[in-house]
Amino acid sequence: MAEVRFEAASRIYPGSETPAVDELNLDIADGELLVLVGPSGSGKSTALRMLAGLEFIDKGSVYINDKDVTLSPPQDRDIAMVFQNYALYPQMTVASNMGFALKQAGVPKDERRKRVEEAARILDLEPYLDRKPKNLSGGQRQRVAMGRAIVRSPQVFLMDEPLSNLDAKLRVQTRTELADLQARLGVTTVYVTHDQVEAMTMGHRVAVLDHGKLQQVARPRDLYSKPMNRFVAGFIGSPAMNIIDVERHDGVLQLAGQPVPVEMSTADALASTDGSSFGLGVRPEHLALIGDGGSGIAGEVTVVEELGSEAFVHVATEHQGERLTLVVRDEGETSTQRGDNVQVGFNGPTHIFGPDGERVGS
Amino acid sequence: MSQGKTGPVVGQRTIGGYLLSLLAWVVGLLFFFPVFWMVLSGFKTEPDANGPPKMFFEPTTEQFSEVTSATSGLLSAGQAFANSFWAVSVSTIAVMILAIPAAYSLSIKPIGKWKDVLFFFISTKFLPIVAAILPLWIIAKELGWLNTRIVLMVLYTAMNLPLAIWMLRSFFAEVPKELIEAAQIDGAKLWGQITSVILPIVAPGIAATALLCVIFAWNEFFLAVQLSPSSGGATVPIWVTGNVTSRGNFLAKLSAASTLATLPVIIAGWLAQKRMIRGLAMGAIK
Ligand SMILES: Nc1ncnc2c1ncn2[C@@H]1O[C@H](COP(=O)(O)OP(=O)(O)OP(=O)(O)O)[C@@H](O)[C@H]1O
Ligand SMILES: [Mg+2]
Repeated sequence: MAEVRFEAASRIYPGSETPAVDELNLDIADGELLVLVGPSGSGKSTALRMLAGLEFIDKGSVYINDKDVTLSPPQDRDIAMVFQNYALYPQMTVASNMGFALKQAGVPKDERRKRVEEAARILDLEPYLDRKPKNLSGGQRQRVAMGRAIVRSPQVFLMDEPLSNLDAKLRVQTRTELADLQARLGVTTVYVTHDQVEAMTMGHRVAVLDHGKLQQVARPRDLYSKPMNRFVAGFIGSPAMNIIDVERHDGVLQLAGQPVPVEMSTADALASTDGSSFGLGVRPEHLALIGDGGSGIAGEVTVVEELGSEAFVHVATEHQGERLTLVVRDEGETSTQRGDNVQVGFNGPTHIFGPDGERVGS
Repeated sequence: MSQGKTGPVVGQRTIGGYLLSLLAWVVGLLFFFPVFWMVLSGFKTEPDANGPPKMFFEPTTEQFSEVTSATSGLLSAGQAFANSFWAVSVSTIAVMILAIPAAYSLSIKPIGKWKDVLFFFISTKFLPIVAAILPLWIIAKELGWLNTRIVLMVLYTAMNLPLAIWMLRSFFAEVPKELIEAAQIDGAKLWGQITSVILPIVAPGIAATALLCVIFAWNEFFLAVQLSPSSGGATVPIWVTGNVTSRGNFLAKLSAASTLATLPVIIAGWLAQKRMIRGLAMGAIK
């Protein structure tokens, strides 16, 4: 069981000016499943590989269980990793693949077989123990890669997009199984993905990276309800939050001529903030179409995305002399149609971001 | 109408396909024909071999027994094969022992300026061997290595090493990086990574490289005839030319000797082919 700590850890690839991971500070608790999420090239894999010992740490340090491992080779870190492309040893059977680490550690043969069989039972791999990886399906290979990690009972599991080679349906199923397995084994896990749905559904906490910098680390619901900056607000949530540049007139933020409601604490913080330009964030479910007679933001429906249980309606309106499309959540089987003239009203919390992109208020 | 339209298209494709495979066969047979003719001539009598080309004749093993029978004072077949065997196998093993670590350090964990190093390795091959033979002869004489197997073992190792390093380097470079990283994370030290992960994957490449080294060393003639022409170190190619006489016919005898000389290479090729199963790395990644 282990805690993991990054202390201002940076990686600057040779020949590159900007760090791929920039002064990362992160505390991961024992038994926690922490998800690293971010767009492509944001430094997720690099951060994971720094923890694995596969990437040199140019500045700062990394600790596993309060032991400084910054300069330790991977062999001495007692970690297991699941690679995106699985990296199974092609010439070895499934059983030898799973038992390889134990063999390197000098575990006796009987014990090795026992542990491999146990892991195979957990992962439903028993019928395939004598096969070579090339004779397995993608899903089975993924499970072998998992098995190779769990037979070792390592201090930390590292997973780099382990589900990205599976088809959509299998991915959703395996995601649940994986989260369940991690909870049962209670091994500290760092999980990398670029899929924010995967991050939100699996992570005990989620760390959002962009351009090598940690943007926010929080529980999924907090990340969703209190994004600390514009980037996180736009990255987390599907469909994405509406984020609009708004102006302050007479102390009130205006969206398409309508006043924007803000929470009490935000209003206080806003009052003590200079400047007139802010970012307004509002999630589709916190906007609503209001019936005739209501007074909201007038607009025209351009697209209706019907998902069955809910629908997302795109409403084109005019804001500060430019065309603006708002995404609004509506009931499933909505009667709203393209071309309808509608009114949009606020129906929940709003998020305000200062000129620097940081959240205003709490 | 529609049939008339599609018919020729399909037909043309088939005809084109037939033509291509016919061409492949013709070229293949063209390459094989000299070998075939050599083997055939080995079973002929001298008059048959030297007369007008004949496909059908009374086969005889007379030439084979003659070329293998020992004549006093001359290089015997047994001695030549023994010399060749030692020179070829020792040099090939030495090449592999040196080339495998070199290939590793030029591909998987590249040393600084590895491209320059790679170039230096091959640069000796630019040197015309004729220009080097006199110094080589003097050095060999000083060391007392003339007419020994040792001189050929050393020179064949040097001769094949650059090629082996180049070939092995490209095979090693194809080992997926993630596999080595996985092995590191699984706790394998350098030796474990090489023996358990890298070598099994590059085994077909090693077999192919070793086969080429064997063939080149086995057929090498120039160095052998200059530095080791007498029975202490003379190799099979020298023995084959020993069957060329200035008087009388020798074509059948030469063919028989050459046929015998190719047998070990064929056996080596067959052994290597068993290891050269392709697609071994399949299923490793993705
Ligand atoms: N070996 C390398 N040498 C130089 N630059 C690299 C190397 N590996 C990654 N980078 C750069 O570092 C940055 C971070 O890369 P990284 O692989 O960590 O991204 P990622 O978040 O895992 O992206 P993805 O979701 O596409 O896998 C990128 O800009 C990338 O181009
Ligand atoms: Mg990545």
